[in-house]
Amino acid sequence: MDSIRKKVTELLESGAVKVVIGYGEGSDNNVKAIFVRKPQDASKLIYDERCVQNLAFYLMKHEVKHMGKRGVIAPLSVMRTVLQVASECQLKEDEVVVLGITSEKELVEFSNLKELETYISKSDLSLPAKEKEIMDKIEAMSPAERWQYWTNQLSKCIKCYACRAACPMCYCIRCQVECNQPQWITAEATPMGNVEWHLMRAMHLAGRCVNCGECARSCPMEIPINLLTYKTVSMVKGNFEVYAGASSTMESVLSSYKSDDKENFIR
Amino acid sequence: MNIEKKLIKPASLEKLVILLKEEGKQIFAPVKKDNLVNFAEISTLQEMTEDYILTVQSAKSVAFPKVENLFDIKTTKESITLTDKNLNEIPEIVLLGARPCDAAGFDSLNAIFTWDYIDSIFVERLKKVTIIGMSCNKYDAKCFCTSMNGNPGDTKGSDILLTKTNDGNYLAEIITEKGKGIADKHSSLFESISDTIDKNKFIAEVPVKFDLKQILENINKSFESDLWVEQSLRCISCGSCAYVCPTCACFDIQDIYNGHEGHRKRSWDSCGFGLFTLHTSGHNPREVQSQRWRQRVMHKFAYMPDRQQVVGCVGCGRCSRACPVDMNLKEHLINLAEEVVK
Amino acid sequence: MNRQNIYLPYLMRIEKITEEAPSVKTFKLKFVDEEDAKKFSFKTGQFGEYSVMGEGECTFCIASSPTREGYIECTFRQVGKVTTALANRDIGDIVGFRGPYGNIFPIDEWKGKNLLFIAGGIALPPMRSVIWNCLDLRENYKDITILYGAKTVADLVYKEELREWESRADVNLITTVDPGGETPDWKGKIGFVPTVLDQVSPKSENTIAVVCGPPVMIKFSLPILEKLGFTEDTIYTTLENRMKCGFGKCGRCNVGKVFVCKDGPVFTFKQLKELPDEY
Repeated sequence: MDSIRKKVTELLESGAVKVVIGYGEGSDNNVKAIFVRKPQDASKLIYDERCVQNLAFYLMKHEVKHMGKRGVIAPLSVMRTVLQVASECQLKEDEVVVLGITSEKELVEFSNLKELETYISKSDLSLPAKEKEIMDKIEAMSPAERWQYWTNQLSKCIKCYACRAACPMCYCIRCQVECNQPQWITAEATPMGNVEWHLMRAMHLAGRCVNCGECARSCPMEIPINLLTYKTVSMVKGNFEVYAGASSTMESVLSSYKSDDKENFIR
Repeated sequence: MNIEKKLIKPASLEKLVILLKEEGKQIFAPVKKDNLVNFAEISTLQEMTEDYILTVQSAKSVAFPKVENLFDIKTTKESITLTDKNLNEIPEIVLLGARPCDAAGFDSLNAIFTWDYIDSIFVERLKKVTIIGMSCNKYDAKCFCTSMNGNPGDTKGSDILLTKTNDGNYLAEIITEKGKGIADKHSSLFESISDTIDKNKFIAEVPVKFDLKQILENINKSFESDLWVEQSLRCISCGSCAYVCPTCACFDIQDIYNGHEGHRKRSWDSCGFGLFTLHTSGHNPREVQSQRWRQRVMHKFAYMPDRQQVVGCVGCGRCSRACPVDMNLKEHLINLAEEVVK
Repeated sequence: MNRQNIYLPYLMRIEKITEEAPSVKTFKLKFVDEEDAKKFSFKTGQFGEYSVMGEGECTFCIASSPTREGYIECTFRQVGKVTTALANRDIGDIVGFRGPYGNIFPIDEWKGKNLLFIAGGIALPPMRSVIWNCLDLRENYKDITILYGAKTVADLVYKEELREWESRADVNLITTVDPGGETPDWKGKIGFVPTVLDQVSPKSENTIAVVCGPPVMIKFSLPILEKLGFTEDTIYTTLENRMKCGFGKCGRCNVGKVFVCKDGPVFTFKQLKELPDEY
């Protein structure tokens, strides 16, 4: 941890970055995101198993963006988010310094996004054990059982859209859900309406979700909503052999056309 | 009305639930489902859980539902017919197991919905709610009711307040005429109780975290403080705080219509959302999150006390529990007060 | 109809539609229910929530004067879902109206004074109500001056009204268009409203000024009015803000502790200065 704090102090003192987004002690044994601007505050940075929030979200937040060049403490999910949003032109390489952090709290420095891509290609991207267990359970269900499981889970949804607010990929200035000409998604939380909203969102995230789990973490009703998007991730990997957050130049799987596309309906 | 003290045994409470249900009332109580406790309709007392500190969502939806039909619309080529909401169709509800902070929240909501213009739908719903509250014998780090002029055994807002005593029976305080109505009608279930019972022995002791008077005074002076930006940097504008809060009442009005019939409805909204104050011209008076965070706090602690003589917070701590980024309201209030004093 | 439900609108029939400018229309509305018409009254400055059933509600001022009973008028620009639905209505169609809400121009306090009305573009509608109200009670006021400007000649609204006011001997009407917005046969002034205001230099003694327009127009008109001797409590304006309920409950239109729907939309500049910078 010391090497990280030292690096952050260096970066801030030299003016190389204006702010470093990291984890700090919150209230009641919680962890909160902190925005270190003074070199002496680097000592407030921490990292342990409680630090799971996807800090990359803040890289694109208006108030933070306008501070200038920003650094971010980056566990794997943050690294992948940086690459994915860069590939979607939401972040430029020279706007961010990625301070990679391993689970042993070791600092991994990257001088450019290509190095980040290499690092990720060698990393273990499998799901955490607890989530893999639930995924396997659902995979083993019959279609009717899966439908039952999801309609049951989604009936708890109160349509607060915290999942959308927390997701770093949901940065659309006018989301479908905010459109009233026509009103695609109704405000009411009805069983089928909830399913409609979440399926639509999962489709918009296919090939883009980086498995950070922020959606499920922010859901006040504790619906495992991340599993829906995780499923689209594994389907995209199976069909197109790519996954999100692997490259800063990768084209979006569902919105780019290649002449050697597997499907022939478009030829 | 003087508060009358009675005793109700668990078996009698069970019977009361059944009798109230037979009278045609809907009974909402805390129910545990998939690890979360929330208010849901019950038919028997067994369905209710007592092993929790607070429900995730507040109880406000019994009087202020997430979506409320205001009136129905029917159109033909020749005419448009509006059918007013039939207030008689609003059911009688018994809110069983509401914590004192939940019960106190209705006061704030009422202040907004009866401010000059009377929202008859809300008033009718609230009139038909009877609150049988339940005192708290435990609390967690997020609770701060005692800093908000409340306490875990407060009778304010409840019609009857139950406190579980050490022998498993409940002290039942009959507080309002509505509560008296139930206690008198089912008098066999409410027994007399010894005068020496000390309620405070069975109620959690929540430490006071701040001086509310000082907070209210200082918040009024803090509009230009830089602290709003600092505090809101990590806010992701998810709206969870407003949705779980017992006193948040901001709403949107929309029409649902399929070409020949529909209705106009009001539904929950949050001042924390980016589009809340967006003008069609593209101008947004609250463009950045720090302005929206400031609006949230000042509305509750400065504007409401000034215009409606009620503070828009009961110290239940739900906002802090639901927040995914640790925007701890209690801490923020203390920081704000300290900052202004400096 | 029982008026207990505060969200229930009056049903209004569209009597007349005037195309004021590109995308700008005026509706003349009459109550479908005679009983509603008899009981209804409003004062100048107030606004309402106008709706197309099934599409939603929209906030506009009442653009007609309360001295003309039996109908109300509203003017709007087609910009979004509800205004598009309104713009597609025909004469005879039914729309909804909730109101009147908000505070009023204190025209009783202005008796015996000179009145100066300054408006720009689509901001003439809120002023039209108070102008007509004062003109209908002409004997109560001394000199009345109206300064109105728009980007181009086509953008000037209430062209019929402007002709009427022009022809009256007891009103001094000055119209202007932005430089480049004139047509070959334009007879009015050419210049931004604040510039023309400076040129015209109306007297401030015993005068009330009412200013409505885009923020940039107000920003540059204010210093000129102050230079001419107007004080902060002799200059009035109306504020706009996003609204839904219109009666202080939805929590949307407040600027600090002031609710535009209840404490406004009419404000003096003195009151405006005390508002936090959030509108």
